Amino acid sequence: MTISIDPQKTNNESLQPQGWLRYFSFSLDHKVIGIQYLVCGFLFYLIGGTLASAIRIELASPMSDFMPRDVYNQVLTLHGTIMIFLWIVPVVNGAFGNYLIPFYVGARDMAFPRLNAVAFWLIPPSGLMLVASYFVEGAAQAGWTAYPPLSITTPQSGQIIWILSVLLLGGSSIFGGINFIATIIKLRRPGLKLMQLPMYCWAMLGTSLLVVLSTPVLAGTLILLSFDIIANTGFFNPVLGGNVVVYQHLFWFYSHPAVYIMVLPAFGLVSEILPVHARKPLFGYTTMVFSIMGIVVLGLVVWAHHMFTSGTPPWMRLFFTIATAFIAVPTGIKFFNWVATLWGGKISINSAMLFSCGFIINFVFGGITGVALAQVPFDIHVHDTYFVVAHFHYIVYGGTVFIIFSSIYHWFPKVTGKMLNEKLGILHFTITFIGFNLCFAPQHWLGLNGMPRRVAEYDPQFQFVNQISSLGALLMAISTIPFLINVFLSVRNGKNASDNPWNALTPEWLTSSPPPVENWEGEAPLVEEPYGYGVEISEQK
Amino acid sequence: MLNKNIYLILIISLVFAISFWIGFNVNLLPAEASINAPIYDELFKILFITGLIIFIGMTIAVIYSLFKFRKRNDQIGDGIALEGNLSLEIVWTIIPSIIVLLIGLYSYNIYDRMGGMKELNHNHEMMSSNSEKIWAGISQTSDNELAINNLSIEVSAMQFAFLFNYPKGNFISGELHVPVDQKVSMKMESKDVIHAFWVPEFRIKQDIIPGQPTILNFTPTKVGKYPIICAELCGPYHGGMRASIIVEEESDYNEWFNKNKKPEVNL
Repeated sequence: MTISIDPQKTNNESLQPQGWLRYFSFSLDHKVIGIQYLVCGFLFYLIGGTLASAIRIELASPMSDFMPRDVYNQVLTLHGTIMIFLWIVPVVNGAFGNYLIPFYVGARDMAFPRLNAVAFWLIPPSGLMLVASYFVEGAAQAGWTAYPPLSITTPQSGQIIWILSVLLLGGSSIFGGINFIATIIKLRRPGLKLMQLPMYCWAMLGTSLLVVLSTPVLAGTLILLSFDIIANTGFFNPVLGGNVVVYQHLFWFYSHPAVYIMVLPAFGLVSEILPVHARKPLFGYTTMVFSIMGIVVLGLVVWAHHMFTSGTPPWMRLFFTIATAFIAVPTGIKFFNWVATLWGGKISINSAMLFSCGFIINFVFGGITGVALAQVPFDIHVHDTYFVVAHFHYIVYGGTVFIIFSSIYHWFPKVTGKMLNEKLGILHFTITFIGFNLCFAPQHWLGLNGMPRRVAEYDPQFQFVNQISSLGALLMAISTIPFLINVFLSVRNGKNASDNPWNALTPEWLTSSPPPVENWEGEAPLVEEPYGYGVEISEQK
Repeated sequence: MLNKNIYLILIISLVFAISFWIGFNVNLLPAEASINAPIYDELFKILFITGLIIFIGMTIAVIYSLFKFRKRNDQIGDGIALEGNLSLEIVWTIIPSIIVLLIGLYSYNIYDRMGGMKELNHNHEMMSSNSEKIWAGISQTSDNELAINNLSIEVSAMQFAFLFNYPKGNFISGELHVPVDQKVSMKMESKDVIHAFWVPEFRIKQDIIPGQPTILNFTPTKVGKYPIICAELCGPYHGGMRASIIVEEESDYNEWFNKNKKPEVNL
């Protein structure tokens, strides 16, 4: 099978708007779609962040006094849903995947450009619909997990819109996943072997497998849940003989792999960034590939660790404890390899590098609390408390969001042709890192000592620690200001970037900044050693 | 080379020493008030120390690399072309595997000591109906003890309260009173949505599920009043869904029990 999209594509290009207008069009260019994902995701990140600020304002005092209790539950539900389905998943997969994967495999576009555009254009309407559900009858208020029977008994319109929105976003995610698998497997430039691909391709291959295998289960579950809500069926409704624990199994069968859908691409991105700025080859390429695949396989069989207090039989608890704890092994390999990549390098301390190192430190911390949480007897005490809230924010914010920022600093020159201001970047990192740790580290203590999650009011003895946490959240909110200023100033009158400002070897740097529509003027370059940095030890002497 | 190794050993010992010192001297947990609590805290201490060693070690490695291997202004060119090291990869695959396996086995042991791995008694009066649907939380009793000694309480949870039914006294209370050092066995069921029964000082938690009774057993060891907290989002007043458990001397408990006891109604 030969795939030739060039002639048709040029026809399309002439009809499509040029300049900034193309970002508002049904563009088929993977680079445009990548930027659409990123900017759209970032706007939702600002909305989700505003909701997070509202939560931290409410929790600055022990009484429920900032907003009505049901609104608080809507805010926390929207915060979780927006951050996961509209910010992290679309950005680490859709944005960077679309922008980078065709470059990395040596293609001029994704395998299915139209499907790609459809996948993106599902996101803004479903996201807006989700946010707008607040103004109908109130948004969903059963948490992002939407456990029945609570999700069946709370006001219906909000919950139904939530389900519809998540279904559309899940569909978008599946379209993207299919596209990435097809692109990585089938569109590789002749001569490029799988084991020569940059690590982000492997990460996206693993992630896309998880997306394709597990997202349909979530979709099916939510459709059954919507039947329970609209048509009074009894799949999960105990009044009609349904089983609420079955929902939890089905939900977590997707939603645990979803954690890897959020972190594996980040693992891939950091594997691209570290070698460039440390001027060293990625340490242990082959083990990195196998550990990604190990995480994919193990990630599918650990879901019940979210349900240790739901009344699961003892043998099941034991199995899921061991399986979950073992994910630490391939994950640990990756972290040791990244530190080994830094070791002996000539490291440029810039914003991209700092955010990546911040990621390593935060994620190791979140991983350690994760292994602890995998232990049934440990989890029984802290399940559904602020300890868990702290743990997963260390994973998804301290981990993935740090890498999103790191990636923006790294690829901004390629995308815009302008350099970002390093001083503002380092300021951004410093406030984010301090604010993040100030916000979430104390929450471990809160959970251990008796503060459950998803509450609008709490025991007054926890007030002081909650205020520290809220102060951290304030710093995190402030940290976006230098970032936004930096982006706007740099786009308008930043220093012009050369084609390859970091002297990187991966294929996206071997073209102009910003790249032409067809990615390379001539034939796609064959990069057999994407991490071929460094001088031989013998040469050095 | 010898010098370098000495520094490495020194730093590693220091990391261990600091981690052990913090692990033994910083208490992050609330009071211990049940048989489970000291067992839990033992596990916590081990996990805390192991975690600290890894975290401090990794953080030092990252920060040290950033300082030691930073690019100086006069430097150009790349670092060393080191693409990997198989023996290192094997070391950091096997050592974490062993640590994880040991922790898993150890926490299995802890869970067993808490009573989590014991089969529940299917003949017990409380479970005679639809016993196949009853799933256990942490149980702490052998079959025989359960039948004889147990203080049996039926818990029903609803938005946004717990009710405690004492079948032997034929009364319902909003406060949970239990005698110290006696095994308590609770059968819990929800009337509406999912709730959870959590007493932080006891280190126990169990979801209370509609349509599916759950069992939770515990033995309080310290007289006092502790909060019972609903830990599963159950609606707008979830944060306010709390009750108290009052652990008292047996004589005080009996006094309270007899005061509330109602005569049996024979149907």
